[in-house]
Amino acid sequence: MISLEPLIFELSKKGRIGLYIEDCEIEEIPKEFLREELNLPEVSQIEVVRHFTRLSQMNWGVDTGPYPLGSCTMKYNPRINEELSWMDEIQWIHPLQDIDDIQGILEIMYKLEKMLSSITGMKRFSLQPAAGAHGEFTGCLIIRKYHKDRGEDRDEMIIPDSAHGTNPASAAMAGFKVIEIPTNEEGLVDIEALKSTVGKRTAGMMLTNPNTLGLFERNIKEITEIVHDAGGLMYYDGANLQGILGIARPGDMGFDIVHLNLHKTFSTPHGGGGPGSGPIGVNELLEDYLPVPVVDFDGNKYYLNWNLPKTIGKVRNWYGSIPVLVKAYSYLLSMGSNGLKLSCYASVVNTNYFMKKVSQIRGFTIPFGNAYRKHEVVISAEKLAKETGVTALDIAKALIDKGLHPPTIYFPPIVKEALMFEFTDTETKENIDKYIEALKEISDIAYSNPEILKKCPNKTLIGRVDEVYANHPKTMCLSYKMYLRKIKENI
Amino acid sequence: MDFFIHPYIPNALILKEMLKEVGIENINDLFNDVPKVNFDLNIPILDEYSIYKEVKSILSKNKVYKKCFMGGGPWFHFVPSIIKYLITRGEFLTSYTPYQPEVSQGVLQALFEFQSMICELYNMEVANASLYDFPTAIGEAILLSSRVTGRRKVIIPSSIPEDRKSVIRNYAINLEIIEVPFLDNGCPDLEYIKKIINKDIAGVYTEIPNFFGVIDFKIKELIEIAHEVEALAIIGADPLLMGIIKPPGDYGADIVVGDGQPLGIPPAMGGNSLGIIACKNDMRIIRQMPGRIVGMTKTIRGERAFTLVLSTREQHIRREKATSNICTNETLLAIAATIYMALLGKEGIKRIAKRIFHNTQYVIKRIKEIGLDTAFKGLHFRDFTIKGINIKKLNKFLKEKEILGGREISENIGLFAVTEIHKKEDIDEFIDLLKEFIRRN
Ligand SMILES: Cc1ncc(COP(=O)(O)O)c(C=O)c1O
Repeated sequence: MISLEPLIFELSKKGRIGLYIEDCEIEEIPKEFLREELNLPEVSQIEVVRHFTRLSQMNWGVDTGPYPLGSCTMKYNPRINEELSWMDEIQWIHPLQDIDDIQGILEIMYKLEKMLSSITGMKRFSLQPAAGAHGEFTGCLIIRKYHKDRGEDRDEMIIPDSAHGTNPASAAMAGFKVIEIPTNEEGLVDIEALKSTVGKRTAGMMLTNPNTLGLFERNIKEITEIVHDAGGLMYYDGANLQGILGIARPGDMGFDIVHLNLHKTFSTPHGGGGPGSGPIGVNELLEDYLPVPVVDFDGNKYYLNWNLPKTIGKVRNWYGSIPVLVKAYSYLLSMGSNGLKLSCYASVVNTNYFMKKVSQIRGFTIPFGNAYRKHEVVISAEKLAKETGVTALDIAKALIDKGLHPPTIYFPPIVKEALMFEFTDTETKENIDKYIEALKEISDIAYSNPEILKKCPNKTLIGRVDEVYANHPKTMCLSYKMYLRKIKENI
Repeated sequence: MDFFIHPYIPNALILKEMLKEVGIENINDLFNDVPKVNFDLNIPILDEYSIYKEVKSILSKNKVYKKCFMGGGPWFHFVPSIIKYLITRGEFLTSYTPYQPEVSQGVLQALFEFQSMICELYNMEVANASLYDFPTAIGEAILLSSRVTGRRKVIIPSSIPEDRKSVIRNYAINLEIIEVPFLDNGCPDLEYIKKIINKDIAGVYTEIPNFFGVIDFKIKELIEIAHEVEALAIIGADPLLMGIIKPPGDYGADIVVGDGQPLGIPPAMGGNSLGIIACKNDMRIIRQMPGRIVGMTKTIRGERAFTLVLSTREQHIRREKATSNICTNETLLAIAATIYMALLGKEGIKRIAKRIFHNTQYVIKRIKEIGLDTAFKGLHFRDFTIKGINIKKLNKFLKEKEILGGREISENIGLFAVTEIHKKEDIDEFIDLLKEFIRRN
């Protein structure tokens, strides 16, 4: 097969190394346990640099161009935040240093927590969870323990069918039975369905607001009331906080637990898929259930407080994704209260501007009505697919040929041929216009010569990837070792 | 609030125009459905220079130790400068999970290489693209063993520290965890396991080295005991130790987990974590693996390509029936580890492991020379205990000398570590200070 860049294993030559390390002899380990075989590549330093530089060049990032992945809030990741997070005073600190030695980072954690509390209207935060889904899991553990401590046997978690997949997955991991409730024709939680679902078994409800359609659940007060009256708790998936940032707060809406994705709303880079950070905030009721330790201040010193009487314990090692926390803190200072609000405004205006224009393009519809969206909008290409055979996947690949990163596709699952666009606050109008132009052209081609679109992308370094080959048990190849074996077996 | 010019928000001053195109005059019309509550965030806005100054001045209150002997992780290993240089390239740093393979080959191939190198280190055949950290990887591995076997009990060593156990308990919240007592080398008592094990056990977990730094040479026996009742053997193995001893895969381990932090990742107060999970080539296990997995495939034009595979296991497709809830993982740090393993390669990993092992033997020899001893018997790797002195007081004394001491296991037992960065002189100085401390107390 042709390959753009060989595997690092294929660059290997006996007798090369990328780092000088002086050899030494050891004798204590019994021979039968000594390692012999170790097939790692042998490459010099420059080869490593070139290899990974070339790989990076084969990759799209926010730094390369627009990246309107719905639900992911792909903002610009300011470099100053990155630089500060790489300081020795962050990277070369040990978690077990004396409190006196880590006053700096504790102060940042403390202040960050205060800011997150005021942004969400929650009482206290734990900065421990490693990502959004991890925050959800933590929240679910808290809900479980809360009911258990009250001697109540509640094992049902209510989740709308529009929810992100991590919500039901996290609830299930924490031992809950997931009860899915439908979305009504307006794209909102079906209140009647909710009323008939809640009961003695209801542990809580997980909700993102604005929801994954970009619509604000305007009946939120009624929803929280219904769930609370049934004895359940309300969990806020904060992945979509961007849509109301600085305008409204989950705490004021009646949510008991909130997670935030610092790698979304608060601009920390996604790093190709991580590390992230998913702090969770709670109200007075649940303060004592948070994972330990939390950071407190005694008027003189910051310290790690392990003494939360009802804590669920720990959900990961140590205290949280520390460098990510520094980046988020620095970001908050660069925005200030007004900047955060402006950021919300910009993302919401961008979205509605885009929606307005796209709704006029043949083949695309806006499901669940034309109500204003918040930070994101889901477009359906169902009509286009029916009339021309061109699917959301084809559109995504065609956009790539136009130098534009596609939106999230096929999510949420309740929308057929979904294209979920989120132009964050940091995107330019010119780029949004480019997408509108591109979608028009794609629609035109779809109605005149759809076959062309099936072969996209053509202008990328590689052609469209064969997903069936990738997943077929006979051809599936998950490591170099498997690859070598397959070559031997001639597959 | 008026719209104002801001470097991160390019449309700030044209929002009004854009609103007109939407057909509205007032921005508030976009928020009519949102309940109005007044609140003040009280966050000041600073210019870039002021942020720089502010954050730096706060962080200057952190103390960076030049010398560290703290055991139990995270560890102070050397991090080659190339790693930061490469992973902060914007194309890696600012990308997201590679859902569109045609424009994400860089991250995908790097992750495939990560998986491949992890498989080589442990002699396994499949690895995923990362989990949050070591304890959560153990938790996921335990859940995996339960899904594969349909059983609900797991065995873990009681020697692992309480904070790690707490994470495991939370992950295995619906399972029963049985703790095995340990022997005088800190390793699990196999006779005890033999007595209690039966066909209700989903998985048996142990670690090399164990938490006290002792290399467990009875992994093979433990795996056999697990397999006798068709339970899965889960081994938590330090990646660098694999440079000198036979990997768990050689003995038939079903699942291997590991802490990736020693692979070129700075400790960052425990905030840079990388969870490793790998399994053998068994479709029963592979189909139940948690998290992202990258596979090699081809394009419709016949080129080699990489893409995320087996996504029908994952939350975005399988929802509550997914094998895990994980979505965002630790990709960038997995790439850091890949670059580290590429730099060291076959010879380098062996050399670094030898150097760490050598330093560990040396420090223990010296400790014995001055009349102290480790709390556990056996060959140690990197981590070692010192017993018989007051650890709190010792740490205080070392701190005065600008040295970060050990982790308190009990009042008179501490967990320490040496890595490849410790020179003979550093170790000798450490020993001299120990001597001085004993003399004074
Ligand atoms: C709505 C929603 N909820 C939860 C998550 C999970 O967050 P994370 O990827 O940080 O685990 C996401 C992220 O993709 C999301 O979009």
